[in-house]
Amino acid sequence: MTQEPDATVPEVTVTAETAASQHTRIDVSGAAAAPMAANRADTQTVFHCDGVHVYYADFLALRNVSLNIAAHEVTAFIGPSGCGKTTFLRCFNRMNDLIEGARVEGSINYHGVELYQDEVDPVEVRRRVGMVFQKPNPFPKSIYDNIAYGPRLAGAKRSELDDIVERSLTRAALWDEVRDRLKTSAYGLSGGQQQRLCIARAIAVQPDVVLMDEPCSALDPIATGRIEELIAELKTEYTIIIVTHNMQQAARISDMTAFFSVQANEMGQRTGELVEYAPTSLIFTNPDDPRTEAYITGRVG
Amino acid sequence: MTILTTPAGIATGAADALRKRPGADVAGATFKWLLIGATVFATGFLAVLLAVMIVDGWDVLSGNLWYFLTHGFSQRSAGEAGVWQGIIGSLQVALVTGVFAVPTGVATAIYLVEYAQGNRFARIVELNIRNLAGVPSIVYGLLGLAVFAQTLRGFSGGTTAIAGGMTLAAMVLPIVVITSVEALKAVPDSLREAAYGVGATKWEVLSRQVLPAALSTILTGTVLALARALGEAAPLILVGAATGFMSFGDANMLETFTGPYTALPVLIFNFARQPGADWGVNAAAASVIILVLVLAVNGLAIYLRNRFERQW
Repeated sequence: MTQEPDATVPEVTVTAETAASQHTRIDVSGAAAAPMAANRADTQTVFHCDGVHVYYADFLALRNVSLNIAAHEVTAFIGPSGCGKTTFLRCFNRMNDLIEGARVEGSINYHGVELYQDEVDPVEVRRRVGMVFQKPNPFPKSIYDNIAYGPRLAGAKRSELDDIVERSLTRAALWDEVRDRLKTSAYGLSGGQQQRLCIARAIAVQPDVVLMDEPCSALDPIATGRIEELIAELKTEYTIIIVTHNMQQAARISDMTAFFSVQANEMGQRTGELVEYAPTSLIFTNPDDPRTEAYITGRVG
Repeated sequence: MTILTTPAGIATGAADALRKRPGADVAGATFKWLLIGATVFATGFLAVLLAVMIVDGWDVLSGNLWYFLTHGFSQRSAGEAGVWQGIIGSLQVALVTGVFAVPTGVATAIYLVEYAQGNRFARIVELNIRNLAGVPSIVYGLLGLAVFAQTLRGFSGGTTAIAGGMTLAAMVLPIVVITSVEALKAVPDSLREAAYGVGATKWEVLSRQVLPAALSTILTGTVLALARALGEAAPLILVGAATGFMSFGDANMLETFTGPYTALPVLIFNFARQPGADWGVNAAAASVIILVLVLAVNGLAIYLRNRFERQW
């Protein structure tokens, strides 16, 4: 493997309560997020974002986002459609590079490294910051090869692969269901199983962070429940950022919640912005911003 | 349509309202029979064509088929003439066509879809390529004569199987490019993102995910393009396959590529030009043979496609 996540992240098990108690409300209106990061232990912060703007060609999709992502926590991005939460998520592993004309301004700092400087190899970024997509997208290969694909690229030896596959599938709570048919096509799995396979595939390369873009939106409630349990377990090892349309889901599984909203300018272009970023318990019980309150109580969006 | 307002009205009217009414969907039924008619016409037309060719060529096909397949052209009499040179020539030309058209065409498609990603240059190139697919084959014959047979004489050796193959390669190149472009575009972006997401490089995404996923469609399109090249006569007549003669002598397989050549469609043209009914029998028999050859190539395409699709 090319990396040892444990070398960069200390082995601290952060429970939801202690994590929440460490946070105070974060003012996102100005540059106040920067001193916030300095106050906390540096190793706790995985991503430090300051003044992030995202453009698609001339179109400003996301304006001036500043927030910090803490290690071994689940951070949820919520907000109405078109508010830029998925766009922002895809900044963390430079997935937006793949979109012609997409441009990121501002600072996204990952363990002290500016992600958007020229010397950074996006391929290496994506090995450390894995991703699970909205629709389950297994490779058209066997279950085994789906998991082994990433480690093989990273240079894992053939003899290690069996172990990696078993460990990843076990971690994704899928091993017992597929152990007898590892060599069969991944397309033979149900939707929920496919999504757990994709999670197993993402963690097989031992990333530091796992990004999840509405991972349950294509799944039934039972499969959703299993994925949520899985996320709760995975955060002991990984930092998780999840975009969700489901506010109950955000409330159930996340430690921190960022609420994004969208504003149209006079030309009708809709630009997303971060409204409020706070511990989940605060966002859902005592939101600061009236727009957040309106959204979570279901009056808009 | 009756508007049902009260629960009582719904209950009393239900049996009546739900009953099947004959003639309710006349347009749909008519359309279906039109479609069936078109299908029968299209396949029937082909069947009649095939039947006529087999009947016309029956004397050769049933009598001395082996002689016909294994002997060369003869101008003396229809009974002495065979299509051996045409079969060999067609296979040679098709091989040259494949060698030039397939790598170039697939590479062009990969560049257009995966690298140029629909920028202005790619859009202009793609539009032009689509237009080129509609250019009549005789125009490619003129191009082949001027460029491949004369300007590039040093490479092709003049009006040879190589020049003929390159001419047909230029002709089918747009088809190969277009089918490959469509095949690559049909690969869902989610597959590319999945591979990028676990840290694959562009080359790894292309070579291990996108191309294998598109391969069966690319192969099918490519082989169909080759089948079209197999059936072309007009461009080859311009690029030197007009004689219908080919003396192998002591020439080895490689040397025949740079000597005089002919191809099955050109032979058929020559047979059909000769006076006398027995030459017509030869033309019909040779037509059946080229059909079998093209069918065999298409069969190969289907086999390859199924084989590669089973891999996952």
